[in-house]
Amino acid sequence: MIKHFLKDFKERFIEGVLFLSSTTTSILVVLIVVYLFKEGVGIFNRTPVAEGSELLVSAANKVNKLTADEVRKIFEQEFTKWNQVGGSDAEIELFRLDDITNYYTDEQLGENFENMPHCIDTILMQHPNMIAFVSKQYVLPNGRACKVSIDKIAVKQVMLGNRWYPTASPVVELGIWPLLLGTIWVSIGAILLALPFGLAAAIYMAEIADSRIRKILKPLIELLAGIPSVVYGFFGLVVMVPIIQQTFNLDVGQSALAGSIILGIMALPTIITISEDAIRNTPRAMREASLALGANHWQTIVRVVLPYSVSGITAAVILGIGRAIGETMAVLMVTGNAAVVPTSFLQPVRTIPATIAAELGEAPFGGIHFQALFFLGCMLFLLTFIINVIVEMLAPKKLKR
Amino acid sequence: MDFQTRKNMKEKMAFGALRLFSFSIIAILFFILGYIVINGISVVSFDFLTKMPEDGMTKGGILPAIIGTLCLMVVSLAIAFPIGVFSGIYLNEYIKDGWFKRFINLMTNNLSGIPSIVFGLFGMQFFVNQLGWGDSIIAGSFTLAILVLPVIIRTTEESLKAVSNTFREAASGLGASKWQTTYSVVLPIGMPNILTGLILSMSRVSGETAPILFTVAAYFLPQLPHSIFDQVMALPYHLYVVATSGNNITESRPIAFGTALVLIFIVLVLNLLANWLRKVLGSKVKMN
Repeated sequence: MIKHFLKDFKERFIEGVLFLSSTTTSILVVLIVVYLFKEGVGIFNRTPVAEGSELLVSAANKVNKLTADEVRKIFEQEFTKWNQVGGSDAEIELFRLDDITNYYTDEQLGENFENMPHCIDTILMQHPNMIAFVSKQYVLPNGRACKVSIDKIAVKQVMLGNRWYPTASPVVELGIWPLLLGTIWVSIGAILLALPFGLAAAIYMAEIADSRIRKILKPLIELLAGIPSVVYGFFGLVVMVPIIQQTFNLDVGQSALAGSIILGIMALPTIITISEDAIRNTPRAMREASLALGANHWQTIVRVVLPYSVSGITAAVILGIGRAIGETMAVLMVTGNAAVVPTSFLQPVRTIPATIAAELGEAPFGGIHFQALFFLGCMLFLLTFIINVIVEMLAPKKLKR
Repeated sequence: MDFQTRKNMKEKMAFGALRLFSFSIIAILFFILGYIVINGISVVSFDFLTKMPEDGMTKGGILPAIIGTLCLMVVSLAIAFPIGVFSGIYLNEYIKDGWFKRFINLMTNNLSGIPSIVFGLFGMQFFVNQLGWGDSIIAGSFTLAILVLPVIIRTTEESLKAVSNTFREAASGLGASKWQTTYSVVLPIGMPNILTGLILSMSRVSGETAPILFTVAAYFLPQLPHSIFDQVMALPYHLYVVATSGNNITESRPIAFGTALVLIFIVLVLNLLANWLRKVLGSKVKMN
């Protein structure tokens, strides 16, 4: 009786442990979403003024609300008069912290700049048309100067803005459009290069090669998938980049093309394996019907097998794009990382993963830049999530990975 | 030329083209491997493998990076392997069809589709900051474990799926309970494939860079780790550093080739081992 009970208990206990293990992946996905989005969406709760800084105007100035774009134009001296931003007719005077020496001597500022807040406040008092960009610590509490209020970062600014300057001052610019476009360009380029080769190899391995050759090819394709991305990146850097530079006579060989070629090679195993499975899934009866009608093997492949497996092949292509979008190290090493909207494959581009990898180390913890990089992570997560859902819908049951 | 010969000519040409395309892929593979082997082989020596890096990483060896990568491989798989295998067993042997199964499958697929840099972000936020482990082997290993977990679950599931139902029926016919059947009959038969999955995951862990960038990898740290809460250097990150941002890129190029060769060697050995295991152990089970 007790023995029986113990055995039963053990069974239950083990089943419980197994059950808990199986929920791990779901818990992890939820945790990842929570931690990623909590930090990433945080940027929409902040103003784009550079970390730890403040914009001040004189209390006499009737303009005390500006958009990020206006602030940028003012400090780049594109706007020189207050009436361009809805104020009076006066000239705009700029003040950055370095300018303080034009107004006060070191002694007046004090040994540890303890008089700085007061001095800045006085300067603003005396110059009604001045806008000052200063560190928060130098803002006099209850001072006479007026803080410029700036709208929070808007979704539209981030998604469609085409300037990515996350450390600019006085206002940061977080347009992810060039990064998004760079990622998509490089990935699409990679698939266009990889598809003919990958599909050919898949057809060859599924239809033509005898099992002896297949047994050699299969592990080699697996090995191609096993080579670390950083090795591909290194290879691209020392081989592809110089070749591209010489062939097209460029200043730098690091370009979208280099990224596409390397990513194309890396996407091959995904495309080959999944398309091969899809091609193999064609029912024997269909093949035989085609052959019985007098079609030869090639005609059967083109007119029967490929049309039948087209959804599987599409899944392979989309999954390949997904892999390419998320690839970090290889792209970081060969694309040159210029955050501009790409216009040609021979230009340097910068992708989302490469941006995160390159900049996160320098972004102060919890700051705007840090959160912006997490937002990029969110975008990456969403992109790959959408791709997964599409693949899930496309692929027939047996193809599910 | 009549219709029939034209048709066959076309076929011959098409097949020729397919063959050419397929073998050009293999040629690319051998070119990459060959290029790195030829340039790296003269660098790799006993000293290279057992010495600390010197002179701003332009001289000396890569010992700390090798040890670091081995630590990461061992710890991350010690975490991911049991969870992955348990979860694979549950998904194939215990779970009933229904919404729960579909949900878990969807989540596992999603996890395997997440780019590795996102794991890096999560690992940094959760293990390094939230749990306060700092940049350490343990934080990096957990991050890498998440990355390979879906792979292990999938291979376990596939391996167990391949075990014929007659075994299960025979065992339960003899009065074995569910777990007894699974543990002493199903698992041993599926084991070779599960181990193959384990080895391929190790190979994957050894080469991943993005997840360890912000969770463990040290730029330059010429000492060996004392505990799992230490930072370490790792081979893939070291390769990235000496290839792109070292103090003197041209002078450290040989080091980069040597590191790449060691990395490729590890991947190659693990892949061969996996293939061998699949063949040898697989055939043994069938014979018994």
